[in-house]
Amino acid sequence: MTATLPQRSPKDFASDQEVRWCPGCGDYAILKAVQKALADLGARRENTVFVSGIGCAARFPYYVSSYGFHTIHGRAPAIATGVKLANPDLDVWVITGDGDGLSIGGNHMLHVLRRNVDLQVILFNNEVYGLTKGQYSPTSRRGFRSPSTPMGSVDNPIAPGAFALGVGARFVARSVDTLLPHLVETLKRAHQHRGTSFVEVFQNCVVFNDGAFASFTDKSLASDQQLHLEHGKPMVFGRRKTRGFASSPARSSSRS
Amino acid sequence: MGSPPATRPEREVRDSVVIRFAGDSGDGMQLTGLQFTQETALAGSDLATFPDYPAEIRAPAGTTYGVSAFQIHFGTQDITSVGDELDVLVAMNPAALKVSLPDLRMGGSVLVDTSAFSDRNLQKAGYAANPLDDDTLAPFQVLKLDVTRHTLDAVDGLGLSQKEALRCRNMWALGLMLWMYGRSRKATVEWIGKKFAKEEAIRDANLRALNAGHAFGETAEMPSHVSGYSVAAAELASGMYRTVSGTEALAWGLLVGIKKAGLTRLVLGSYPITPASPLLHTMAGFKDYGVVTFQAEDEIAAVCAAIGASYAGALGVTSSSGPGIALKGEAIGLAIATELPLIIVNAQRAGPSTGLPTKTEQSDLYQAIYGRNADAELIVVAAATPSDSFEVGIEAVRLATKYMTPVIVLTDGFLANAAEPWLIPDVDLVAEFPVAYRTDPDGFMPFARDDATLARPWAVPGTPELEHRIGGLERSAQTGNISYDPDNHQAMTNTRAAKIARVAADIPPQAVSLGPDHGAVAVVGWGSTYGPIHQAVRLLRAEGHDVAHLHLRYLWPFPSNLADLLRRYDRVLVPEMNTGQLVNVLRAQYLIPAEGINQVTGKPFKVSDIERAVRTRLEA
Repeated sequence: MTATLPQRSPKDFASDQEVRWCPGCGDYAILKAVQKALADLGARRENTVFVSGIGCAARFPYYVSSYGFHTIHGRAPAIATGVKLANPDLDVWVITGDGDGLSIGGNHMLHVLRRNVDLQVILFNNEVYGLTKGQYSPTSRRGFRSPSTPMGSVDNPIAPGAFALGVGARFVARSVDTLLPHLVETLKRAHQHRGTSFVEVFQNCVVFNDGAFASFTDKSLASDQQLHLEHGKPMVFGRRKTRGFASSPARSSSRS
Repeated sequence: MGSPPATRPEREVRDSVVIRFAGDSGDGMQLTGLQFTQETALAGSDLATFPDYPAEIRAPAGTTYGVSAFQIHFGTQDITSVGDELDVLVAMNPAALKVSLPDLRMGGSVLVDTSAFSDRNLQKAGYAANPLDDDTLAPFQVLKLDVTRHTLDAVDGLGLSQKEALRCRNMWALGLMLWMYGRSRKATVEWIGKKFAKEEAIRDANLRALNAGHAFGETAEMPSHVSGYSVAAAELASGMYRTVSGTEALAWGLLVGIKKAGLTRLVLGSYPITPASPLLHTMAGFKDYGVVTFQAEDEIAAVCAAIGASYAGALGVTSSSGPGIALKGEAIGLAIATELPLIIVNAQRAGPSTGLPTKTEQSDLYQAIYGRNADAELIVVAAATPSDSFEVGIEAVRLATKYMTPVIVLTDGFLANAAEPWLIPDVDLVAEFPVAYRTDPDGFMPFARDDATLARPWAVPGTPELEHRIGGLERSAQTGNISYDPDNHQAMTNTRAAKIARVAADIPPQAVSLGPDHGAVAVVGWGSTYGPIHQAVRLLRAEGHDVAHLHLRYLWPFPSNLADLLRRYDRVLVPEMNTGQLVNVLRAQYLIPAEGINQVTGKPFKVSDIERAVRTRLEA
């Protein structure tokens, strides 16, 4: 394995299958980001495995030219764990959505994070069930009107990042489908982490929940609404980087 | 330990004996039975055991539902069942006596610990009067011994608490029974030494109790009507034997299976469930042989991890019992659709739902054959005896890898725990069936098929130039790409069924276990009923009845000669511990008027149950 890896371009990680997401779906951008990250990482197609469950996002493995396994609803983390048990040298990515990963498969998500299996989880969060035509999901906000919640959802949404941290995840990150450089960099960092890396991606569903994240992803609002955490750098945001957070060491320690 | 006094009467010779140790679930009856089994096996007897314990770990003391029992049938003859009736009952308390007395034969012996027959215990067992004082035990030879007092005397001076001292009662009873049947104590002494290596006082107390019980028998403190017995060694083929439970034999079978397949890794995904957990425990000790065990978060994750492992080139195995298998159903369908090898072990228990977790049944045959959404065929095999579980384990690996398909292995609560002597096989003599992963990229297609088996290639992640995608969506024949084409779905459905059907030509033709291959009556069984059916047919044949015994290992598909074979008998009787499952499958497949003999009591058939049922049909 010491031989020089061939430098590949993102398109070397595209399969010959026609991509069948809705025009304008955020999944296209995520696919592109993953293919770019794989190329940048010098990943080897034969050693890379994408495992998915069920849902729009779960079609993902068909569109990558590595090994891929489109499994059953919610169970991708368990199947991916089995892949790693059989061959720990494989580079395994789990592709899931908010319904797949946090509703029907919530238990498996909990345990893969708890066990810290060495793989990457990308959770496509669009706050809605797309493939089954628009029902509310476990990340839908209260009051969300859908075919199954005509009067608005009464359930509190789950916060994927808080969930992951709560069950002991060691690498938790968030990005946005439209932020290509940030997403690519996040995926690369996730890959470098040994253990389970959990990456939530805000993904816009143009058909059933268009604009769900517009309040902070719209170009005109983004800089005032987004704070990008970078290790060792001040937590500032806003057009002129004049807003931000700082923690007082004295106060932090007195609270702990 | 000296030689017996010269005045000692001769030991009575017996061909076979059935003993049951019964007490509270905390009394150590399972350990007592296992140690007696060990010594009996070392003495060369053939044997069969039946551990029967409650689902509660420590049920309230003294209650009938908290009774834990261990039955052993041993002798000089070929022992195939655990014995219909008890020759000897060791009852550590009134509840144990109450539960087991109906199984004691007329004139059989019962040993009771008189101290345990307190008013409180009698009341808890539901006895209005003390059975030791009235004529309840009149039909039996009763050995009333104050086991409690003898035990306390034996361990006196070791500084044990009363509770600790009383926990040695089982060893005293074991010592006496070992004396009664002329068994050595050597293995038990070693076992106690190992088990309590770090607790000297406890170790010494158990040893003292064991020896005191033995000495009690030997020094003629026994009532005049009780003597020792002698059961000669069985005439078994010579070789190295060990006692084996169905679970252990299956575990070793799977292990030998992967070696014969040339696989380097087996991944067992499992979630604890009675009575399947012992397989997980046993295989967890096989780490050095390429076995990885994974206690998953639930039944679904357990089977999914096994599927993921098979996808990545290991042999995925999952084990459970009926309720857990129900949860695995969707994932098993995925393995069928993606055509990956997978072994699913179902240690069946009485149901439906939680049912009777510790009691045996064979009512998951429909679930195994039919229990998935859509047309989803797989291979179903069943083990008949503890030793047979070894061969079934190997065969499951062979079929799963050769045909790239899930295989369900049916055992049950009885078989999983039951033990018998096992002639340790020479594994070098087991035929190899090497698996070839696909590595050649030239002309590779994930769903191209082997002409003979219709199996698709096993192309494992990590192999250059074979990158491909598989999944639960219908796959295009050859390429495996998603296909919604109507003709393709018809063709793929037909091919999946045809692949399983071809297995029928790759398994041994159905043989007759006992009796002629044609005639008046065939008694057809499967699974753990082998012993009682065999014995019943043997007895009926000795009386001159024209009866044969057939026992099926392959339940789906059936051996190719089965239909013809069954049609050569006037009547086909099918005893099952369910309400009639195999009988209906046979009727559906072959349009033959097979008749069921059915029982669901949570206990194995008695020989006499089957004998009587068959006799009734013969006379009807």
